[in-house]
Amino acid sequence: MIYNPISVTELNKYIKGKFEEDEYFANVLVEGEISNYKHHYTGHLYFTLKDENSLIKCIMFKTYTGHLEFEPKDGMKVMILGSVSVFERDGTYQLYAKAMKPLGMVGDLRAAYEELKQKLEKEGLFDEEHKKKIPTYPKVIGVLTSNTGAVIRDIINVSTRRNPNVVIRLFPVPVQGEGAAEKIAKGIEFMNEQKLADVLILARGGGSLEDLWPFNEEVVARAIYESELPIISAVGHETDFTISDFVADLRAPTPSAAAELAVPDIEELKLKIKGYENRLKQALIQKVQLMRLQYEKCMQSRVFTQPLQKINEQYMMIDMKLKVMEHSILQKLQIEKSNFQKIVLQLDTLSPLKILARGYGIIYKEENRVKNVTQLTVNDKVTIRLQDGEAKAKIIQE
Amino acid sequence: MGSKGLPFEEAIKQLENVAAELEKGDLNLDESVAKFEEGMKLSKQCSKLLEDAEKRITILLKDGDSVKEENFIQEEE
Repeated sequence: MIYNPISVTELNKYIKGKFEEDEYFANVLVEGEISNYKHHYTGHLYFTLKDENSLIKCIMFKTYTGHLEFEPKDGMKVMILGSVSVFERDGTYQLYAKAMKPLGMVGDLRAAYEELKQKLEKEGLFDEEHKKKIPTYPKVIGVLTSNTGAVIRDIINVSTRRNPNVVIRLFPVPVQGEGAAEKIAKGIEFMNEQKLADVLILARGGGSLEDLWPFNEEVVARAIYESELPIISAVGHETDFTISDFVADLRAPTPSAAAELAVPDIEELKLKIKGYENRLKQALIQKVQLMRLQYEKCMQSRVFTQPLQKINEQYMMIDMKLKVMEHSILQKLQIEKSNFQKIVLQLDTLSPLKILARGYGIIYKEENRVKNVTQLTVNDKVTIRLQDGEAKAKIIQE
Repeated sequence: MGSKGLPFEEAIKQLENVAAELEKGDLNLDESVAKFEEGMKLSKQCSKLLEDAEKRITILLKDGDSVKEENFIQEEE
């Protein structure tokens, strides 16, 4: 007889094929309680879903976890939509979750949270414009939290470390359980009415969604919104977001962080003041130095170093002017002289002596020049002047 | 400048302005000296405001209808 066994792999492959043929397995909706919950570092979620009698392994791949509205925890009742298939390596079947919703108390709270959040957001309670500025240097820090436990201690420690002279007013309020929300709201109103602080810290340590619930209630949200004192909300851990956080003027990830945001570090302030003082001194020193420099520059000017130079320069100017004057007078003289010579020359050509030299003579009668014959009568005695002398003559005929 | 009783926030803001003005350097010497004195006065005021506060940690306790304020004593753990 010949046996014909198949391999384990082949068997599991066959089983997987059978599972995948089934349309019902492709989309099942199942409810149960989470246990053995592991959020793997790869981002996938591994857990078991169980009821009183039975359990099934579940996995939710990272691709689907982004749509989760809550952080699953052991013991949580949930509803899962997914498919059932076989993990061939281990020969196990498991539920591949695509979506998950909390059921029961958590589910109800989750739904109420979402509903209130949307409602208040629509009403504008989360609007940035409504948020008040946290004062930089508050005199009095008001704290609303439980008067016992780590939260108030952390706040006091951080505050006194930053400012040894801090003034804190604690208004004790229950931070969980029935009636806590109303008391928190009343506390906020009271601090406002009496103006008992410059800034309020609303704080609570970490806890489950139920524990944090008062901070998700409308009455607290409205009290925060109406508060004239700026409010820092520090509820739960860094990953917890409560409605209070959204309405508050500032959200701090932890109560200690809230104290850091509210209380200015006094050492830092002292340094800041010192810094200003240094700037003042430096600026004044610089001013004085600048003025000294200007003064020295001024004193270096030749006016001060060689006081006679200016005067000597003036003398030189006078000498130069004199020279110019002399020169121009001499020139003028020269011109006049040459003009004079020209005229003398002209005169010379016109001189009667010149005419005599050419052989002409002048006739005088009793000192008068005779220019016409009519001036003469017979026997008149006349003088004839020639170039080299005179001769006496007598008119003998008219 | 009547800066007595100035809140810290205001005083340190003024101090910053004075420092900035003085650093610009376009004041004459007299004005500079005056600004410097004003700044030093503000700086002293700021320091004093910081020192003057006295540590007080109190708890508001309901006493019937009224609320009284008492020193808060932390329980040791």
